[in-house]
Parts: sequence; C-alpha cells; structure tokens
Amino acid sequence: MRTVLFGLTLTSLALVLAATATGTPSGPAQSGSCAKANLNLVKDGQLSLATDNPAFPPWWGGAAKKPWQVSNPASGKGYESAVAYAVAKQLGFSKGQVAWSAVPFNNSFRPGKKPFDFYMAQVSYSKERAQNVSFSNSYYYVNQAVVANAGTPITRVGTVAGLRRYKLGAQVGTTSYAYIQNIIRPSQSAAVYDSNNDAISALNAGQIDGIVVDLPTAFFVVAVQLDDGEIVGKLPQRGAREQFGMVFQKGNTLVRCVNRALNRLWANGTIKGLQRKYLAQAGAPDLR
Amino acid sequence: MSTAIFVALIAFAVVNSAGWDDVKQSFFDRQEFEEAFPEILSAFWTNVKIFLVAEVFILVFALLIAVLRSVPGPVFFPVRALAVVYVDLFRGIPTILVIYILGFGVPALALPGVPIGPLFWGIVSLVLVYSAYVSEVYRAGIDSVHPSQAAAARSLGLTHGQALRFVVIPQAVRRVIPPLLNDFIGLQKDTALVALLGVVEAFRQSQIDVAGSFNYTPYIATAIIFVALTVPMARFTDWLIARDKRRQQAGRVA
Repeated sequence: MRTVLFGLTLTSLALVLAATATGTPSGPAQSGSCAKANLNLVKDGQLSLATDNPAFPPWWGGAAKKPWQVSNPASGKGYESAVAYAVAKQLGFSKGQVAWSAVPFNNSFRPGKKPFDFYMAQVSYSKERAQNVSFSNSYYYVNQAVVANAGTPITRVGTVAGLRRYKLGAQVGTTSYAYIQNIIRPSQSAAVYDSNNDAISALNAGQIDGIVVDLPTAFFVVAVQLDDGEIVGKLPQRGAREQFGMVFQKGNTLVRCVNRALNRLWANGTIKGLQRKYLAQAGAPDLR
Repeated sequence: MSTAIFVALIAFAVVNSAGWDDVKQSFFDRQEFEEAFPEILSAFWTNVKIFLVAEVFILVFALLIAVLRSVPGPVFFPVRALAVVYVDLFRGIPTILVIYILGFGVPALALPGVPIGPLFWGIVSLVLVYSAYVSEVYRAGIDSVHPSQAAAARSLGLTHGQALRFVVIPQAVRRVIPPLLNDFIGLQKDTALVALLGVVEAFRQSQIDVAGSFNYTPYIATAIIFVALTVPMARFTDWLIARDKRRQQAGRVA
C-alpha cells in the first residue's frame, strides 16, 4: 500500500513537473524576470513599438491607415509587423496590447528617453551603433542587391568587379551605401538619397545606373515602383553577416526577454515560416 | 560682469541637468568628431564649389532682373512684367520643390543636348531662386539712391542706361553690400539642398556618419566648419564697408 501511494505521488509529481516544465510553443513566457508584469516598459500594460513612416512592403503590409501612408504596422501583415506581433505574443501581449507610433529613422537613436520599447525599420546591427543603442538578436540576415532599368548596360554585369564602372545610388544611412563604399568601391562616388523613392527618380532620370538595396526591397522596387526594372543580381556576403535587429534604449533589460522570444521563434520555425510567406526570394541571379 | 554670471548660470544649469551625460555623449563625442571631421571637410569642397559658382551667376542675373524691372516706358511693359512674374514665382516656390522639379524632372525628359547631372541642375535651381531674392535687394539699393542723382545724370545728357551704369548702380551696390552678404551666407547653407539630388556634400556626409554610428557629433563638426567660414567673411565685409565709407567721406571734418 505504501509503495503504491509512493508510486502514485511520484507519478503525479512527475506529471505536474512535465506539464509545467515547457509551455506550448505559442504560450507566453511566465518565468521570472521576463514575466509580463516585470518587463521594463515605457507604458505599463502595453508594448509600445515604433517604425518609420511610410513603412514599405514587404516589411509591412495591410491597407494604409492614417497617419500611416502605404501600409499599416498594426495590421500584422508584412514580415516585420508579423515578427513584432509574434514576439509580443511570446512576451504575453495580445494583439490589442501593442501600440504603434511613427518615428523617423533619424530620431530613433536620439539621446534621452525613447518613446518606444523597441523600434523596427530594417535597422542593421553594427558595433558603432551598438555603443549608443541596444540591439536585439537578428530577426533577418540581409543580402544586398542591385536594381536597374531593364535594357541598360549594367544589367549584363555578372560580377561585383563589373559594377565598378557604373554610377550607383543608395539611401542615406543604409548599409547598402556602406556596401557600395567598402566592397564594390566604384570609380565614381556613389550618389546618396533621402529615400529610395528619390533614388528611383534619379534612376529614371538617367543620373545613376543602379540602386543598391536589400534583396526583399529590391523585389518590391521592381514589382511595384519601377515601370521596367530588373534585379541585376544578389550581392555576395562579405565579412560579418549583416543582420537586422530591433533597436532599444541603451541598457534596457527588455532586450533579454525579446532575445529569448526571438530564440524561441527561430527554434520553432515561426521566423522561417514568416520569411517564406513575405520574403519569397525567387529569381535573383547571384553576382560573384 | 553680469553677462559672465548669466552665462555661467546657464552653463551650470545645462551641465547639471539630468540628461547631460547622454547629450554630451551624443553630440560631443571626441573620437567620433576626429573620425568624421576629415570626411566632412573633404565633402565640404563640394559646397564651396557650388556656392562660388552659383554666387557669380546670381549677382549678375539678379542685377539684370532688377534693371529690367526698372526700365521706363510703356513699350517695355512686357519686360517689366516678365521680371515681376519671375521674382514672384521663384520667391514663392520653396527652394526644395524647385530643386526636385528641375533636378529630377528635366533630366527625365531626356532632351537632346541638355545636361542631366544633379550638380548642374542643383546649381541652376539655386541660381534661379536666389536671383529672385537678390534682385529685390538690388532694387532696394537702386531706389535708395537719391533721385537727384539720376536727374543730374540725365541733365548731363546721359541716357537712362548710361545713368544707371555710371551713376546709380555703383552707388546702389555699395549701399546693399550687407544684405548681399546676408544672402550669400544663406546660399552657403542652402547648398545642402543639392544633396536631395544625390550629391554627397558636407551635410549629407555628416548625415551618413551620424546614421553609421548613431551619434550626432558629426553634425557639430559640420556646424563648426560653416561658422569658421562665415565669421571671416563677415569681418571682411565689415572691413570693405568701413573702407568704402572712409573713401566716400574722405576730407570731411571728423
């Protein structure tokens, strides 16, 4: 009798332990300092997120809703929006508990207290930047690509060295521009624009031969923004792998919890699934 | 003494404010400054080229417009009207829009023989816009020359054009040197707008550095370069005006 009782207690203990040991993949993290109530937030009870306006596909989606032009971050559609809501769910926030504000990229690293918990706008991690803000782990590994108008000589280029004789353009403050300067090293200095829209105007005006952007944006540019554009090719990774991370106030302890959420999302295939859904990458030749 | 105390108080308040360390690191980082300064300085030569070339054309073109506006006689009404329309139009349209429309629009037309370079159209836009403002400065100068001067010139048998050229305009221009310098200094800052067309000049280079490190110190570096340019020019102009005054009033009882 006592052994049966003992056995029953042990089994029930084991069952309880097993049931509480690991939550279901979509269950919220409830342990210790990453419990929802213990998170270091700008406004208690909600996750305050921010991105730039306009927020372009394929990173953001949904019908444009004032004050957002082009898309609506709150829709959950588009790769970054979907990842944001997946992370929010891991942290214990429902969709309604996530609030969005528009913050221009240049303001996102302003000194002083940030008005958001984290910022997502295809911001690449770099050591210099990490001295002034905190970055999350990667949620996307970036490849750059070259876009041009169809039928122009640059479209026949097959190597990085072959790009050197052309006038290239990129958006200011992007790693695309850094890639041009450091790796392509063209003979004419690169042109730098406030936005990719201006770069496209310059491309159509014949002032530049090609634009360097990250690969998913390249697909969007060719599909939607250029009348007759094509992707010259996908540029090779050189040196440290470029990655997008969420931007936090320097030293914010929330980063740890977001990283845990991201690790879980990578491990259970959510991120890969979202990349397949929003960032389908077929049809770009590789440049050597 | 009281100014010194006032400044000291403000400095004390700033340095002891809650966010000072943050701001100091963001705006006054020494290493960042040393890294960014040479790059910004070399990009600054683009600004210098732009405003030197533009200023020459502006001074000439604006004088032409001011003169056209004052041509007397009903037969010249279309000329005067054209000058008025030009000045109204280019003072009305924001400079940024002129740069966008001319810088991206005209090259996209792909007209044969028309240059498409962003630097060219940036300079053209600045010349068109600033000539409108500077022509009004010249007009004020011309109007400020006492009418007896023009009357005396006419009574000596000079034509209207000769009176302008030899009597009125030399006096007018001397009087408006301070506002002309004002507009020149404004032009130096507005050369940054050419960056919209893709040209990498000092402001754009500092923006690139700022975005690369998430630190605002390169903006301070750019500000210092511009002030270092403006101050000697302002003092030189003061000296020019003082010398001119001395010459005009030579021989008067002190």
